[in-house]
Amino acid sequence: MLKELLSGVVAVEKDKEKIKNKLMNDLANLLGNKLLEVLEKHGEFEIVLEDAVIEVDELRILIQPSLLRRMVEVPAVEEAVGMAVTELIETKFAEPEMKWDGKIVEVNMGATPSEGGTRDRSFTIGGETMPPIYRLLGVEEAMPHRPVIAMDVFDMRIPLPKSIKLHFDEVMDDPAEWAKRCVNKYHAEMINLHLISTDPYIKDTPANEAIKVVEDVMQAVKVPITVGGSGNPEKDQELFIKISDIVDGEKVLLNSLNLDMKLEDIAEYIRNKDCIVIAFTPMDLDKARELNRKLFDYLPRERIIMDTNTAGIGYGLDYGFSVMERARLAALMGDKELQQPIAAGVTNAWAAREAWLKMDVFWGPREIRGPLWETSTALINLLAGADYFMMMHPFSIETLNKIIDYLMRFSPPDPGAIMDWVGSELG
Amino acid sequence: MPWKAISPIEVYKILPRTNCKECGEENCMAFAVKLVNMETKIEKCTPIIKEDKYKKALEKLTELLSPQVREIEIRSPKKTIKIGGEYVMHRHELTYINPAPIAIDIDDNMSKDEIVKRIDFVEHFEYEYIGRKLNLDLLAIRSVSNDPNKFKEVVKFVSENTSLPLILCTFNPKVMEAGLSVLPDSRPLLYAATKDNWREMGELALKNDLPIVVYSPGDIDTLMTLANTLSKAGISDIALDPGTFVGPNGLRYTLSTFTMLRWKACNEDDKLAGYPLIGTPITAWKMIEGEKDQKMWWETLMAVMLLTRYSNLLIMHSLEGWSYLPVVMWRFNLYTDPRRPVAVDPGVRTIGDPKEDSPVMVTGNYALTYSLVGMDIQSGKVDCYLVITDTEGIAVECAVPGRKFLPEGIAEVLKTSKLDEKVKHRYLIIPGKAARLSGDIEDVTGWKVIVGPQDSKDIPKFVSEKWDPKKLSEIYGN
Ligand code: SF4
Repeated sequence: MLKELLSGVVAVEKDKEKIKNKLMNDLANLLGNKLLEVLEKHGEFEIVLEDAVIEVDELRILIQPSLLRRMVEVPAVEEAVGMAVTELIETKFAEPEMKWDGKIVEVNMGATPSEGGTRDRSFTIGGETMPPIYRLLGVEEAMPHRPVIAMDVFDMRIPLPKSIKLHFDEVMDDPAEWAKRCVNKYHAEMINLHLISTDPYIKDTPANEAIKVVEDVMQAVKVPITVGGSGNPEKDQELFIKISDIVDGEKVLLNSLNLDMKLEDIAEYIRNKDCIVIAFTPMDLDKARELNRKLFDYLPRERIIMDTNTAGIGYGLDYGFSVMERARLAALMGDKELQQPIAAGVTNAWAAREAWLKMDVFWGPREIRGPLWETSTALINLLAGADYFMMMHPFSIETLNKIIDYLMRFSPPDPGAIMDWVGSELG
Repeated sequence: MPWKAISPIEVYKILPRTNCKECGEENCMAFAVKLVNMETKIEKCTPIIKEDKYKKALEKLTELLSPQVREIEIRSPKKTIKIGGEYVMHRHELTYINPAPIAIDIDDNMSKDEIVKRIDFVEHFEYEYIGRKLNLDLLAIRSVSNDPNKFKEVVKFVSENTSLPLILCTFNPKVMEAGLSVLPDSRPLLYAATKDNWREMGELALKNDLPIVVYSPGDIDTLMTLANTLSKAGISDIALDPGTFVGPNGLRYTLSTFTMLRWKACNEDDKLAGYPLIGTPITAWKMIEGEKDQKMWWETLMAVMLLTRYSNLLIMHSLEGWSYLPVVMWRFNLYTDPRRPVAVDPGVRTIGDPKEDSPVMVTGNYALTYSLVGMDIQSGKVDCYLVITDTEGIAVECAVPGRKFLPEGIAEVLKTSKLDEKVKHRYLIIPGKAARLSGDIEDVTGWKVIVGPQDSKDIPKFVSEKWDPKKLSEIYGN
């Protein structure tokens, strides 16, 4: 009320108003509670301030008790008044005071001839001392190494969403060709080979046969590779042991070791090899710690990446995201059991029906929804701290790579580019 | 440092401690516990709200329970939307509170038909997800003409054709004032005060008690200067827009600025940073070159990133359903309470009208799994029993490797529900994704296992082709 009353005048005559306020204030202070008592007895009065420059003794005073009381109780009338502030109050933004004590372990993937292998490149991930993009400057701390994206290849034809199949249909019966397409056509940085046909419930391909596929793929492409099993703990164990024999020197990633395996056998066996392990746990931080702890007994930390398990938007990403974010924050705050780089199986995004199902036209073609789902899921994982991505759709991978570019090199924004979005025709 | 839970004792000490039960709780202590868990509101304790003698106590309690990010209301005569009101930076520390509303723009150069189309889009956008309806929330009217009369007309037209709350967007105070003049009973959000118009815009916000965005793209010192100035001038409902830059120049600036502001609000108790953050993925339409699809693609990705990085409201432009689908679903995910898994109770559900020879199917108790499977079975008009086993609210594909889809759990449900008395056969159809557990499930339950389809949408087809208990018993010799 009072605010409204006064601010209307302020807009027009700020200075006059200031004086007026002061007058009213002084008046109130002057008259004080005594007058108030009198007024309560005698009823209505009214103040009419005809002009701010008039003298106090020229005022005809008729005071309304409620108004006066407010004046008495609120001495800071001036502050309560509208834009009493007439100049900008210069304020500096101070970057937050963050203290992170932990550092993520650096892991090398793949080996070039000079590193003792046959790959044409190798990668390092990890090394972070801060969550991603938490500060404006300091790329080195936030993302000291570029996150790496591996493309999925399977050792048999599997049902795939149309929008992915489109890119690989002719090569899906030949994993080596499939891998070649990923590298030559879609510039895959790494290949993530899945030997799913070894699953006793699928084809039960013997381990000896399956490792030939690994050799074929390593021949066909020269990027570093990851080899995954079927998820059957016993079979995977057998498989990984054989793989570790044939790929020694290449720093191949084994995808994955988990708590259901006899770690005393498998981890012990590969102790003196050079393969890297992905330690998988199902969205459970305690288990992630437990598995890392167990692995530390056999392997140097530089050979362990952890996969805390992720899911697509709408299909459990809330869990996946929070577990990953918690893991990374805890690691950076000093939890040594979680300081491994993080792998994210973003391909899981395709489990979302919204990514592959034909829906009502309102929701647009699945050819867009699919890659959009995978890309969005990848970005969310990136912001949670993922270092190594396993993905499928070429366009999703291309987009994620672009965004990683944008985030890694700081180029200052150009305010003019968006300043007047409000007044622009946008089409 | 980060969120520290308030102790219920602290709250209890401030409450009236009369145990009058008006709040619906047994006593003040029980109410205090619910308050700190955010399961109830102060308003439920009528004595502390109504009685004068508790005025001080109420102030103290409000201060104690106030969020790190100010909560602001945007209203139309019929709807209220709250933005901000967050207590924590990371959802796992507690939970996020007010899902960031999504606004779609209208500009004052658009034809009436086009405006109506956009209003309809927002009002009718609806996606059903685990039994909830996901929607869009409000409209942002932009002055492209820069003509007060034109803006006023359009604002009037929109407000007559929708009950949704509004954001008025212009940097010209005269235009803003004209728009406001036709919204006497609303509380629109004013977008925006800048370093050039802050006096007049601030005046409008103050005079009409309206929430206002301060906007300073790419210049965070000026953003803080504006927020500080307006708050000192007596405006309490302020929101911050540090600029949404899409693409190579500025994406990093935007994400780190949003993050730093929220960090300061939550961890350093910085009041100026503790205002809601406004994200404008709509700027993709200015910054991204090329086809419309390209602009929409980046607009959506920007929205997803900004949601993840603390934006409390999003303004967007696309009119395609696909642009918003991942955004509304991710928003739902992000704002679910991580303290409670999105799960349904284990047990047996009957779908349709199952008989003694109807199929028995198994699934997990993740709410989404259950609702999808249920929908698919229903739409295929399959009568069956659905066994929901406790996977701790985790989806089947994760529960299987995670050892949460347990044969023992299934056996437990079969036993307690006495399903063996309801059906004559002994066949369980399990999800294709749990195929590798077939043997274990057979051993533990004593029922024969049939591996069902990978995806529940194929259940009706699967049942019509494969389900024939008589034939099955011939094969399996039951
Ligand atoms: S209404 Fe207030 S005073 Fe009464 S029992 Fe509840 S908390 Fe206590």
